[in-house]
Amino acid sequence: MSAPALVASTPVAQSIFFYLMAAVIIGAAIAVVTTKNVVRAALYLITVFASIVGIYLLLAAEFVAVTQILVYIGAIMVLMLFGIMLTRARIGREVDLTNDNWWVGLATAVLLVGVMGYALIDYWGDEQLPDDIRIENVVDATGPSNTSTLSDSIFTTYLIPFEVVSVLLTAALVGAIVLARKDRG
Amino acid sequence: MLDNAWIIPLIPAASFFLILFFGKRMPRKGSEIGIAAVGIAFVLALVTNFQWFDHVADAEHESEQHSEEVVEEEHALATGESAAPVALAAEEEEAGHHFEVPPVTEEVTWFQNGGVDIKVGMLLDGPAVMMLFVVTLVSLLVHVYSTDYVAGDRRYTHFFAFLSLFTASMLGLIMAKSTLQLIVCWELVGVCSFALIGHWWEEKPNSDAALKAFITNRVGDVGLLCGVITLFFAAGNTFDIEEINARALDGSITHLALLVASLSLLAAVMSKSGQFILHTWLPDAMAGPTPVSALIHAATMVVAGIYMVGRLYGVFFEGLQIGVSSVNALAVVGGITVIGGALLAFVQNDIKKVLAYSTVSQLGYMVMALGVGAWTAAFFHLFTHAFFKASLFLGSGSVSHAVHSFDMKKDMGGLRKWMPHTYRTFLVATAALIGIFPLAGFWSKDEILAGAAQLGGEGNYTAFMIVGITGAFMTAAYMTRVVYLTFFGEYRGHGHPHESGPRIVAPLYILSGLAVVAGFANLPAALSPDSVELRFEHFYEPKGAYFPSVLPVFDVPEFSWGIAILSSLIGLIGIGLAYLWFWKGAGPHGITQRSRPARAGFTLLENKYYFDRLYTDGIAGAFKGPIARAANWVNQNVIDGIVNGAGRITTVVGRFVYNRIDQGIVDNVVDGSGFAAEGGGQLFRRLTSGKVQQYGALLFGATALFAGALILFI
Amino acid sequence: MLAQQVQEAAAGNDGLMLNQFLLLGAALFCIGVYGVLSRRNAVMVLMSIELILNAVNINLLAFGARFGDITGSVFALFVIAVAAAEVGVGLAIVLIIYRNRHSVDLNDVDAMKG
Repeated sequence: MSAPALVASTPVAQSIFFYLMAAVIIGAAIAVVTTKNVVRAALYLITVFASIVGIYLLLAAEFVAVTQILVYIGAIMVLMLFGIMLTRARIGREVDLTNDNWWVGLATAVLLVGVMGYALIDYWGDEQLPDDIRIENVVDATGPSNTSTLSDSIFTTYLIPFEVVSVLLTAALVGAIVLARKDRG
Repeated sequence: MLDNAWIIPLIPAASFFLILFFGKRMPRKGSEIGIAAVGIAFVLALVTNFQWFDHVADAEHESEQHSEEVVEEEHALATGESAAPVALAAEEEEAGHHFEVPPVTEEVTWFQNGGVDIKVGMLLDGPAVMMLFVVTLVSLLVHVYSTDYVAGDRRYTHFFAFLSLFTASMLGLIMAKSTLQLIVCWELVGVCSFALIGHWWEEKPNSDAALKAFITNRVGDVGLLCGVITLFFAAGNTFDIEEINARALDGSITHLALLVASLSLLAAVMSKSGQFILHTWLPDAMAGPTPVSALIHAATMVVAGIYMVGRLYGVFFEGLQIGVSSVNALAVVGGITVIGGALLAFVQNDIKKVLAYSTVSQLGYMVMALGVGAWTAAFFHLFTHAFFKASLFLGSGSVSHAVHSFDMKKDMGGLRKWMPHTYRTFLVATAALIGIFPLAGFWSKDEILAGAAQLGGEGNYTAFMIVGITGAFMTAAYMTRVVYLTFFGEYRGHGHPHESGPRIVAPLYILSGLAVVAGFANLPAALSPDSVELRFEHFYEPKGAYFPSVLPVFDVPEFSWGIAILSSLIGLIGIGLAYLWFWKGAGPHGITQRSRPARAGFTLLENKYYFDRLYTDGIAGAFKGPIARAANWVNQNVIDGIVNGAGRITTVVGRFVYNRIDQGIVDNVVDGSGFAAEGGGQLFRRLTSGKVQQYGALLFGATALFAGALILFI
Repeated sequence: MLAQQVQEAAAGNDGLMLNQFLLLGAALFCIGVYGVLSRRNAVMVLMSIELILNAVNINLLAFGARFGDITGSVFALFVIAVAAAEVGVGLAIVLIIYRNRHSVDLNDVDAMKG
């Protein structure tokens, strides 16, 4: 059987799993943006990322899911924590991490979600995802393995964006080093 | 060239502008432009004349062929066979040489108003073509003459500019197709006359004379406008000259309208052509330079009135019933002018004033000729008069150049020794004016007298023939006086007179030469073979539905031996009497000292019949005095009272408006808007806090709003 | 039997709706926006940006799954890579700001005022 191993096998189970994950995501995200403790915010963020991995698995994107764990949680959050440490953020409660004009942000966010929600519901309505998410392998008809399809696509059709992203990473690397090193003399 | 003759006036018009703008910089100060322009116009006028002759010949041919066919047909019908050629020819001659010569016209619509198309165009027929020749020729000679006469003058360039403008306006008047165009050019020549008479306006008498000329002409122009307006409405809303004449002649216009129009236009003729009673400006106009007097006040502008009558002759012929009466307004005015002007010429000491009154008198002849129905005679006299009068004026200019004065009694005398050319040409021109056979004046004056004797209704215009003969006698006498005082006797002046240069003398010879031969243009039938008889009338008299020759009562005078001999005799008697008086000293010299009536008569003549007193003190004085005082009273008390009252009310209202409205409302509004602006500024100041998150908030917020709007409304 | 159940369920309306994922993505996005606009600590702003990027990823993958196109996954990978680069550089900048001002309070960074 070549179906992805981690996907729940019935639609109902899938829905339950989805709502569970979604609740965690939303809750942790709200916590990220409202907590007064920077380190806690970072940890909540890790929670968000982990739950998102679950969502990715539902969408039959296992390679991306794993990448998410490795890169986001493994590298980016570590980097954030280092950043928090280096900027001497108090570990513990701080005076106030929220702006005076936080209501502007709130209003904007609410407005945005309203507009986007309305548009999405209006347009997509009852669109269903296919039960058995099959992703065609355009290059090699050896079945719906996500990773192989992905790699085929990256290295043939999207080769140039891939190279560009590589250059971008190099540039970011060099840039970060140049920016953050100690001033000479 | 016939179709394009309308460019002839435009050439001097262009030269006017060129001289104004560039004249001062040119080597000869603009006179070369003027001479070139008028020269070209003269050549074109000559070409036009020759083409016109061809045109007339063609028209005659066609009508002959046509009448041949008609006669042949009639014969064939009558006798059933074609007749012998001899009989045919005889019938043709009987049918007469009545053929139509269509005038050459061009027209464009200038503008439209109230359903009427106002057009400008060119009406080229016999009189127009003749005047083209005369005007351009005399203008050209005057231009050449002026380069010597006004050399070194303070306004040399402007003089030539105005000469060009005058030539252009006169040519425009000649070729006018509509009465509107006629009025425009009429006024333009008046303006040029004003400018040229007042050429030396630094001296008050000159500017006074210019003003007098212009204003007197304005008085007559009232008549012109009334006449044109009357004709416009009477002829069915048209300004077109051909049409007005045609309707006048075929009876579409009521006689009353024609009479009113004729009398109104007569006023215009009286002012422009120096007829009594509006003649007073012409002698004063001699204040201008002599070339101006020669061109404008002898040969061309003053004949504009004659020309206008000749153009609208249908109106006058019917309106004043010229063909069937023995006295009419036109003839009376002309007749009075003949005698009045001639009498005044006797008492002048200024040579130009004599010539001016002579011009007045000769213009009277032309008007009288038109009044008795002798159209060709009038225009023929216009033709010949232009030449010999211009020659006389230019001659007087030459004399004045030599003695630096125009006063005959004081500064001239015996000049024939030093100025032979001037003397000769002046003598020839005088003889032509007097009417000695076979010079030009003889033929033209004679035709007028014959016309007076033969034309018209019962009794003909005999009275006017007598007037004409008397005038001829007086002309002979006063001109002989001038010749004597100027060229004979002792030199009474103080300078050293000498003959003038070639540029002055050449025009004199040309003009006096023309004065000799011009008369042969209209030799009467009795004295010449068919091929050369009456050439002037043949070519220049209009032949068409718009000219009275279509009427049966219109007739052309025939040469009369009796009148010719009589007028010649009278002329010789005039010369003889003058000779006796001056050369021999016979006669009652000094009679004005001794005899009361003679003195009174002399004073009357010296004061020009007190017309000037009447106009300045009487009419103008009445306006200046009582009427002006009354008007002043009304102005000060009534009108000013109203105005002051209005002023006071305005002040009160203004104060109220200032206090309540301006200070109260308007200022508060302005202050308020200032506060609003400041407050708004304070508010918006907070937008630029420098805080990135705030900018971000604005960005996202605006995007959300626009997205919402997009979704909701689109 | 399980396969039969699956098939019956598949015939009905019990499957995952596309909108679920899209709305989840939208909500996460807006929470991230809120965080960007109202957090005072610069590092917290960076975290909120991460939330936004993840929301975008969810969106991409949802559509990829719906239309069976691998492009969604491809670009999700690219987004992750870019996010990593961005966080690296961003933190470097925050460090510099901290070094110069000894504080990462964004309220104090208003040199562009006026």
